[in-house]
Amino acid sequence: MSVRVRLPGVLAEHAGGARSLEFDPAPGTVGELLDVLERDHPRLCRRLRDETGALRRHVNVFVDGENVRSAAGLATPLDAAGEVQVLPSVAGG
Amino acid sequence: MTTLLAIGTRKGLWLARSEDRRTWTLDGPHLLMQEVAAVTVDVRGERPRLLATGYSEHWGPTVLWSDDVVSMGTAGTWHETDHAPISFPRDTGAALARVWQLQPDTAERPGVVWAGCEPTSLWRSEDGGESFSLVRGLWDHPHRPLWHPGAGGAAVHTVLPSAESSKVLVAMSTGGVYVSDDGATDWRPVNAGITAPFMPDPPPEFGQCVHKVARDAGAPDRLYAQNHPGVFRSDDGGKAWTSISKDLPYEFGFPVLASPTVPDLIWTIPLEADVRRIPPAGRLRMQRSRDAGESWTEVGTGLPDGYWGVVLRDAACVDAGDPTGVYLGTRDGCVYASADEGESFVEVAAHLPDVLVVRAVAL
Repeated sequence: MSVRVRLPGVLAEHAGGARSLEFDPAPGTVGELLDVLERDHPRLCRRLRDETGALRRHVNVFVDGENVRSAAGLATPLDAAGEVQVLPSVAGG
Repeated sequence: MTTLLAIGTRKGLWLARSEDRRTWTLDGPHLLMQEVAAVTVDVRGERPRLLATGYSEHWGPTVLWSDDVVSMGTAGTWHETDHAPISFPRDTGAALARVWQLQPDTAERPGVVWAGCEPTSLWRSEDGGESFSLVRGLWDHPHRPLWHPGAGGAAVHTVLPSAESSKVLVAMSTGGVYVSDDGATDWRPVNAGITAPFMPDPPPEFGQCVHKVARDAGAPDRLYAQNHPGVFRSDDGGKAWTSISKDLPYEFGFPVLASPTVPDLIWTIPLEADVRRIPPAGRLRMQRSRDAGESWTEVGTGLPDGYWGVVLRDAACVDAGDPTGVYLGTRDGCVYASADEGESFVEVAAHLPDVLVVRAVAL
């Protein structure tokens, strides 16, 4: 089963210009998805998580519409997921 | 000769150019919507290299460089490494919060660039600032757990390498001033004589809230520190500091500047006090000393009245021109330049985002 990752436009330049990326088969968890992104798109990945592996404070990741912070965090499974969406939270001034 | 003034702001970088340091043209924004808290123009190579930090509240910190933006303006290209240019080793358990300072080493060590970062750490690059390694000697210093963040965060904000030796000096708020004599392996605090009124007497060996340190043009061991509060001078590389605030009307502030060519010529930008962080009576002016802080004179014709913000610690700089040029930027986005040692200023830019850093070089 595959999973599609949708990115905000501002991050497309760090994913080879793509607004969405498809992974088939889907990695097992959100954390494993980030590991794949780190290998294939390291400039994108380091904008999503810091060097300790933690999601950046103002980065939200939704798996089929549910914020992973309300689920199992980086351990949130992707095996039944269709879509992962990365969205910046409301922040700044 | 063209003078280039790099202006880092809360929302991007602007570049100003002038042939006479009185009439300026502005180009930008570069790196729009990235906080540029540190910028430097490294002129040691064949082409001037711009190095800048980019920080986003969402996407975190990075370091970017360009070898053609100086010549091509906004048509030039910025680069960054794929993997994070500054990344804490896994065993530290730390994550980079911000880059506060980018400082090329001297001509004696081409390619070496230092970065001062938050959390309090020093980093060294040997590839012109493209990638950095953690300076373990400072990170592993037994004092580090006792360094506390100032209001702006816990960071190394000043790095002064030495042309004459392998000595490196850093300053941090709080923590104070530390020196390495062996190129950044072993570090010792050098704060004797610097006060810390937020702690009980006697002043501690370390933990002072030093806001900025500058080196005198005539003697590498003559240093100036704008402290929280007080302005101090050391004539022996930091072993002992003495107050040079006696003749200053106000002793609080953030930047301290020293001419890179004229010995004993220094400037501060005073604020009324720790608890009244405003230019005295809302008049933005500088204090200038020609005798290493023994006496001071107010200067700054052309700087605004009715300015109630501060000039941040890196939002002021000098150039190596004759006479020394002086530059400062304000939190309401105005930038001012002086071609006569701070005597008078012209406006370079207005209505930019908050100015965090300015750096001037002759091209």
